[in-house]
Amino acid sequence: MSKFTTQHEDFKNLQRRLLYLRMGLLIGLLLLSARLWYLQVVKGTYYRALSEQNRVRTVALKPARGLIFDRHGELLANNIPSFNLYLTVEDIRDKDSLAAALEDLIGLPRDETKKRLAQQAKSYVPILLKAALTLREAALIEGHRLDLTGLQIQAESQRYYLHGPLASHLLGYVGEVSPEQLDEPAFEGLVPGSIVGKAGVEKTYDRVIRGTPGEKTIEVDARGNEQRTVEIVEQTPGNDLYLSIDLPLQRLAASLLGEESGAVVALDPTNGDVLAMVSSPAFDPNVLSRSLSPAIWEQIASDQRHPLTNRALQGQYPPGSTFKIIVASAALESDKWSADTKVRCTGTFPSGNHVFRDWKKGGHGVMDMYQAIVQSCDVYFYNVGHRLGIDTIAEMARLFGLGQPTGIELPSERIGIVPSTEWKQRVRQEQWYAGETISAAIGQGYVSVTPLQMAVATAAVANDGTLYKPRLVRAIRERTTSRLQEMPPQDRGTIPLKDQTFALLHESLRGVVTSGTGGRARSKMVEIAGKTGTAQAVGARPSQTGTSHEALPKQFRDHAWFVAYAPAEDPKIAVAVIVEHMGHGGTFAAPIAKALIEEYLKTLETDDRRQNTGQL
Amino acid sequence: MIDVRTPDNFEWRFVLVAMGILAVGVLSIYSVSSGPASGGHVPLYAKQLVWILIGTLAFLTAVAIDYHKLARHAYVLYGAMLLLLALVLVMGRSTRGAQRWFALGPFAFQPSEVAKLVLVLVLAKYFADVQRSGWIQRVIVPGLLMLPGLILILKQPDLGTAMSFTFIFVSMVLVGGLHTKALGMGILFTSMLFPFVWELIWTSLHDYQRERILTFWDPMIDPAGKGYHALQARIAIGSGGLLGKGLDEATQSRLKFLPEGHTDFVFAVFAEQWGFIGVLVLFALFAALIFLAAEIAFKAKDPLGLLLAAGMLSMLGFCLMVNVGMTMGIFPIVGIPLPLMSYGGTTTVTSMAALGLLLNVKRRRLTLFY
Repeated sequence: MSKFTTQHEDFKNLQRRLLYLRMGLLIGLLLLSARLWYLQVVKGTYYRALSEQNRVRTVALKPARGLIFDRHGELLANNIPSFNLYLTVEDIRDKDSLAAALEDLIGLPRDETKKRLAQQAKSYVPILLKAALTLREAALIEGHRLDLTGLQIQAESQRYYLHGPLASHLLGYVGEVSPEQLDEPAFEGLVPGSIVGKAGVEKTYDRVIRGTPGEKTIEVDARGNEQRTVEIVEQTPGNDLYLSIDLPLQRLAASLLGEESGAVVALDPTNGDVLAMVSSPAFDPNVLSRSLSPAIWEQIASDQRHPLTNRALQGQYPPGSTFKIIVASAALESDKWSADTKVRCTGTFPSGNHVFRDWKKGGHGVMDMYQAIVQSCDVYFYNVGHRLGIDTIAEMARLFGLGQPTGIELPSERIGIVPSTEWKQRVRQEQWYAGETISAAIGQGYVSVTPLQMAVATAAVANDGTLYKPRLVRAIRERTTSRLQEMPPQDRGTIPLKDQTFALLHESLRGVVTSGTGGRARSKMVEIAGKTGTAQAVGARPSQTGTSHEALPKQFRDHAWFVAYAPAEDPKIAVAVIVEHMGHGGTFAAPIAKALIEEYLKTLETDDRRQNTGQL
Repeated sequence: MIDVRTPDNFEWRFVLVAMGILAVGVLSIYSVSSGPASGGHVPLYAKQLVWILIGTLAFLTAVAIDYHKLARHAYVLYGAMLLLLALVLVMGRSTRGAQRWFALGPFAFQPSEVAKLVLVLVLAKYFADVQRSGWIQRVIVPGLLMLPGLILILKQPDLGTAMSFTFIFVSMVLVGGLHTKALGMGILFTSMLFPFVWELIWTSLHDYQRERILTFWDPMIDPAGKGYHALQARIAIGSGGLLGKGLDEATQSRLKFLPEGHTDFVFAVFAEQWGFIGVLVLFALFAALIFLAAEIAFKAKDPLGLLLAAGMLSMLGFCLMVNVGMTMGIFPIVGIPLPLMSYGGTTTVTSMAALGLLLNVKRRRLTLFY
């Protein structure tokens, strides 16, 4: 009986404790429900957004950049298809093995891949790993797609410059938009990895030729494979540019400069068209437009000859004797000097305790203005400078557009220096010395100009005073409407010189070629007017007089200048040529100018004839 | 001896609730395995239907054989089980550093799942045989009984099953008879021992298991790496919202962002598709099952029946809590399947056998008076 009781009570206890177990499990279910309420109802929207972010990817549809043509419609830059390798960081399962596989398959250095992965913050935006895969590389990647999650090959258009380094400074190159640029308003609406212009017209006209990117919204699975397209906003291709460049002339100018460093600018003096603009040495924009390895970049950037510099508008040289055009104008416009004012040149000009020498030992004898320009007599202009003073010369130089930007639509134009008493006080905090005017009068000392400025000034002499803004883009063709929008010529005003002044300048510049220092520019075909110049190379140069030019090491030799226009009576082309370290301008620079002028006028004639016969 | 009585109302309810949960499971597996089947041409949901068929046989067998008869062989069965657990360490198939499965042709059999059933049986037998009293009889002896099994399972290692094993033991010791004072002592003792035990367990774990436990605290530490499972499960559940996304729009599971959607994370699949309301219905089914099982235990005719039913209840209940808890991010991910819903042969068959044993207890409660 007692056993049964204990048994019974014990059984009751078992049942009681069983209820605790049941209660515990039910409380557990309640707690789980509470958690569920929190996840699904309280935070539901948040997790819904996360799941959308998982599922949906946006792929930028990159627009094709506008094409670039020369003035005759010759193609300079277009786009070619290219296989580009992209990576979505979020889809990677194992970074190490991915980096290793990429090294094995396409030779992408392992460490570089890892570095790029580490830099990437926005993990679902695909980053460009390698542009322009070869077909073999693309096939290798595709073959391993299932193991290499996150990789994608996109067929995209790649900028291609048909003529390689030709006109590279002018066209520029393209590259991925930088993170800093993305914050600027000019690059609004672009995604990382977008291609933008980095130099040349590619940069200045970037917004015109860039086009508008589109966007494709796709649904992907957990491995990043595209399942279906949700939405497409098509891209709009960029507009085309028609440059003022004459491709054959550009090619000729580049070949005439050859291996030498220097610059050539040819303008149409009637409207400011840039017919040719060469800076040597050049670079291959096709190489720079691909995603470069830091090593290649380093090599280009540290090249002693600075191939990336556009010498035509970034090289600042002393104008040498070409500056005499400006000094002569200043003299003829002033009441202190006239065309008939004569000076006896004995080969030297004492100033203070220094003696300035003429380039010709023993001097030129008695000179007037015409003869002084034709013979490029230094002593005559020492006297002019001494009489006028630096500020009168500076004023004239500024009227010719020196010391100011020409306004060409290319990035990073430099403006040179037009020295004056005010300039020296402001920049050097020193007073102007009279002796400095003497050097400035023959374009040495502080004076410096760019070849483009000299070309614009020469064109202004040729057209009797109109200072044109160099026009690089003649027209833009809108891709959507095919409408051609012409860019009108623009000038920066007129140089207010007397007619006699222009007349004397024209006459004496003709004399330079027919009977003076520029004899090597004399052409049987056309009458050319020009001026030679020799610019002292900056730097410590052994300065003994009488040392022959050839004996000097090349980096100390003078730069050769020649500015010219032709035909003398009805100018159609103005040219500025500088060849670094080639000595006297008449010897090396003048023939280049002559060859360019002849070539251009020849094509003009055939064009005219063609047009005339076409009209008949 | 087959019991031929027609099932009564209670039994119908019990079977219907179980079938409901099984159906929900098959539907969820179907929704993630539709499309090209992974590995083999038989889709997973079809395989699961086969497992349920085999499970039904196990269920009927478990109903039919009188549990008293089973209990008589409890110690022998337990010994055999230990032997199997030892064998799997030697002969078993090794996957992801764990040696848990016997390969039987195309099937894999996981003895540790079955071991839980046998543990319930042997503990029920132990506590029901004689009135146990005192520390040694009530805790130490059954503890020594359980320990070899636990060690063998930890050796595989299978953290989830080891935890179920321990929970079954603790809950049966509690139900089997521990006074309040002893309970307090037990808790004190365990908490003193905990650092040592934890050390032992921690060092025996594989790296991936440790990482799972670490990232449980904060899946955002490494969303694409070790916290991936936890985070994706949470996103799946949370994005289901109040009413769910439906089968087609449940992108987390359909596009396979959610790993293991058919096995351990099947609950997340369901929660994404059916939302809060849907899960409440599912919870109601599980709650009903708990109530019915508890009622069976409560009305059992003898301590053996009660303890057996309570053990089954705690085994199924623990798996439910931990599985749902881990997919919702309130337990570490330990790899415990959701009973009656997760895809898998051994778990389906074992769970259904457990249901059968419960019904067995219910059926035998009147025989005393025959």
